[in-house]
Amino acid sequence: MDYFLKLFLSGTAKGSIYALIALGYTMVYGIIQLINFAHGEIYMIGGFTALILGGFFFSKGMPVGFVLLFSVLLSIMYAAAFGFTIEKIAYRPLRGKPRLSALISAIGVSIVLQNFVLLAQTEKFLPFPSYLPEFSWLQPYKEYINSTQLIILVTTAVIMVLLTLLIKFTRIGKAMRATAQDMHMAQLVGVDVNQVISVTFIIGSALAAIGGVLICSYMGQINYYIGFIAGIKAFVAAVLGGIGSIPGAVLGSFVLGWTESLGTGYISSDYEDAFAFIILILILLIKPDGILGRSQRQKV
Amino acid sequence: MKRHTMVLLVMASLMVIFAAQGAYAAGTIKIGVAGAFSGDLASYGLPTVNAAKLVADDYNAKGGINGQKIELVIEDDQCKPELATNAAAKLVSAKVVAVIGHICSGATKAALGIYKDSNLVTISSSTTNPPLTQSGEYPNFFRTIASDDAQARLATSFLISKLKVKKIAVLHDKGDYGKGFAELVKQDAEANGVQVALFEGVNPGAPDYSAVVNKIGNAKVDAVVWGGYHPEASKLVQQMKDKGMNIPFISDDGVKDNTFIEVAGKHAEGVYATGPTDTSTNALAIKAIADHKKAFGSEPGAFFLNAYAAAQALFNAIAKAGSTDYNKIVAALKSNYVDTPLGHISFDQKGDIIGFGFSVYQAQNGKFVELK
Repeated sequence: MDYFLKLFLSGTAKGSIYALIALGYTMVYGIIQLINFAHGEIYMIGGFTALILGGFFFSKGMPVGFVLLFSVLLSIMYAAAFGFTIEKIAYRPLRGKPRLSALISAIGVSIVLQNFVLLAQTEKFLPFPSYLPEFSWLQPYKEYINSTQLIILVTTAVIMVLLTLLIKFTRIGKAMRATAQDMHMAQLVGVDVNQVISVTFIIGSALAAIGGVLICSYMGQINYYIGFIAGIKAFVAAVLGGIGSIPGAVLGSFVLGWTESLGTGYISSDYEDAFAFIILILILLIKPDGILGRSQRQKV
Repeated sequence: MKRHTMVLLVMASLMVIFAAQGAYAAGTIKIGVAGAFSGDLASYGLPTVNAAKLVADDYNAKGGINGQKIELVIEDDQCKPELATNAAAKLVSAKVVAVIGHICSGATKAALGIYKDSNLVTISSSTTNPPLTQSGEYPNFFRTIASDDAQARLATSFLISKLKVKKIAVLHDKGDYGKGFAELVKQDAEANGVQVALFEGVNPGAPDYSAVVNKIGNAKVDAVVWGGYHPEASKLVQQMKDKGMNIPFISDDGVKDNTFIEVAGKHAEGVYATGPTDTSTNALAIKAIADHKKAFGSEPGAFFLNAYAAAQALFNAIAKAGSTDYNKIVAALKSNYVDTPLGHISFDQKGDIIGFGFSVYQAQNGKFVELK
């Protein structure tokens, strides 16, 4: 039982890592039905920016709290600017064109960004300093969960709630839902669709940057390629939970994390990915739109 | 008039022959260099290019091999098998006479068949997968690094005689290199009465290994063996320490890289890794490293000396063979000893290096220290 609990908690921690990235994925998809493959790269760039800024502030002899706050805030802003720009350059001109074009464009952006960081920064793995505090009260339970995992878990929960509130109850949220339902109709009734989509990308990219900082602190390392691997898993999680649904992305991530963790613990880690994809296939067979996904009627 | 034409014709054809010969004498000997020169594992591959450049410059400054200059043809494979076959095909069509590379076992294996079919000697500075030489399948393959089984035998005997372990967990990254090492340790350990409680592959690049770390804790083992590279090793070590596990962690020369210590930081302390025997007192090694600093302005990285030795052995064999004929180069590699930064080396019948081996290292105060 103790072993099960440990595996369950490490699955939860793993799920919250996936969820942090999956949230941004699913939000963008929910509004404009674009699988933003560059999302993983924004996450990586968020991590890199925090690393560079943190190193810079630290070398200027600023206090740790200040370094933490400013490097994280600035990297979120930087990543958000990145998301905004990418949408303008690579996706907006393709709006209204076949959906496949935007998808290919997204894959292109992903490759460009990876190689940009590879060339502009380094091909090496760099140590990522742990910006996060260690809770001493958690020490006795360190075999079950550590401070960083707890912070990631709480952050994921908070972001999920805030996003849901934003979409359900604010003016921009209403505009987002309108855009998602019917872009032309929304435009006709006076919604500034371009602005709504820009805001969507800014929020999605800011989330990716938060994920980047937290997850890199947890792994203790960063490399230009981390976004790709994390992005794929987060994408699976988002589809599992029902792509476009915010609670769905979180639930899907947890299901994925638990499956992988329990599969590893009781069977073998050799088949970790196999478990993940078997569960994906099973759920999609039963509920083709994912666990919390709503089936969308095709408008003719 | 007719005779005049004949003479002209003969002269013209003679001129063509001379011209061709002239072109041949002034031509270059093309040597392929292939490996990971970009991507995740570029830090393993780039030192090989630098080493090949230095040795080639050295030879060229002395007039080249048998009067012909050496020209390097460099192809990147990012350590990916599918790119390695591309690189190999490009080198074959560039008409190289031999190849230095590749860097990773999987990529090398993928490319070797192509080189074999084209009769190209291939000499790797870092590929340690045992069957590549021992299966006898690739008579064109040589390496200036001991194979994994030498490494695995050393790791197991260290675990048994020095650390006195009874029960171990063996993990690997499912790659040719890591899994090869892990399987050999498992075989060797079981043959010596050590229980292997856990033998598993993990996904390389995954952000989190806490499930498998829990499994290690649950198996109550005396030590963990890791077959693979440093990015995963540092995450494993860190997540083990996070859970308060302080059992010995021993790995291979994919981890015995300073990048591992830089990335894992304080968690690296005490980690064991097998790696090629220290050559820092070898005069040729000191010179090679000084040359590298002069030419590239930095410390050489992983496998630099192995690559230096590989290039030296290859160029020496071509010189001794007196031609670029495949069979003659193979015979020359096996029959001649060369003084290299690794020591006085040659190759056995299967293509493995003679005169150079492995040691156990431990990370102590931010450095890998050789344990005698």
